[in-house]
Amino acid sequence: MTSKSLVWFVGALLVTVLIAVVGSRYASSEPDGLEYVAERQGFADQAADHVLADSPLADYGDNLKTDPGLSTGIAGLVGVVVAIALGFGLFWLIRTPGDESSGSAP
Amino acid sequence: MHIPDGVIGPGVSAAAGVAAAGGFGVAVSRARRYLTDRLVPMAALVTAFVFAAQMINFPVLPGMSGHLLGGVLASVLVGPWVGVLVVSIVLIIQALLFADGGLTALGLNIINMALIGAVGGYAVYRVAFRVAGLRLERVAVTAAISAFISVPMAAMGFVVEFALGGTIESLSIGAILIAMVTTHALIGIGEGVITFFVITAVVKARPDLVYGAPTFAGKRTEELAA
Repeated sequence: MTSKSLVWFVGALLVTVLIAVVGSRYASSEPDGLEYVAERQGFADQAADHVLADSPLADYGDNLKTDPGLSTGIAGLVGVVVAIALGFGLFWLIRTPGDESSGSAP
Repeated sequence: MHIPDGVIGPGVSAAAGVAAAGGFGVAVSRARRYLTDRLVPMAALVTAFVFAAQMINFPVLPGMSGHLLGGVLASVLVGPWVGVLVVSIVLIIQALLFADGGLTALGLNIINMALIGAVGGYAVYRVAFRVAGLRLERVAVTAAISAFISVPMAAMGFVVEFALGGTIESLSIGAILIAMVTTHALIGIGEGVITFFVITAVVKARPDLVYGAPTFAGKRTEELAA
């Protein structure tokens, strides 16, 4: 990876972290489309509580005893780190190795 | 659009789990054919971005919000099969770490958002991009239109699952179909707008990294025009 390419990746990752940590506190808390339809069509009550509803990060940090914006931000940061780690791990494992020369970064 | 536990019965949920696991396996074997070393960091970055973007619910109607599904966004950036894996990883993290989307509904959610969203959405993109003349400057707008269409497509996946295994039987499937498709067409507008801006930014900076663009520098398992 060239240094210019590295700068682009770091920048994109920074934007991603900002969305998850800062942007998430401005997210709407209204029901999403499926919940909205479930309420109006009469199947909302079928939904069971999540098995892991008491886990620390359930509902993006609702169980953390901090300021709501901060707990959502913590949940977002943890999620991004786990997503990068799992994604990199899986994709590295299944990649076709040794094709770095097939196209060089601009 | 994350289905919680309890809405779809255990039989259909289990069958969906098996089907989703099969789809994940197919995605791994198809992804291997083009996932080169240089694509790995991009695929991991897209996974993190889809997770982050899904946290941002945007208002759609009074009393209703929506969020990005990311299937078309991911598949245009990293290809449909890596796209399936990207969205599946996000769904697994959400279900296990954030109690978002039921554990027994994980297969259902992977079918709707990862398989229909990424592979179904990319199929729409390929046709639409051919119609658009295969030009680089039309990648983002074509991806946006395909992303818009992919959201009601995923919503229809839920309706089929509910018709097959909904745990309450007295309801009108037709009414649920109309409600799901209309609300998710509205949410799809947001999906299209977000997809447009993100793809525009990446095409501008790194056209060599965009799988669905004619400038893609890696291998592709199919011709865009075919």
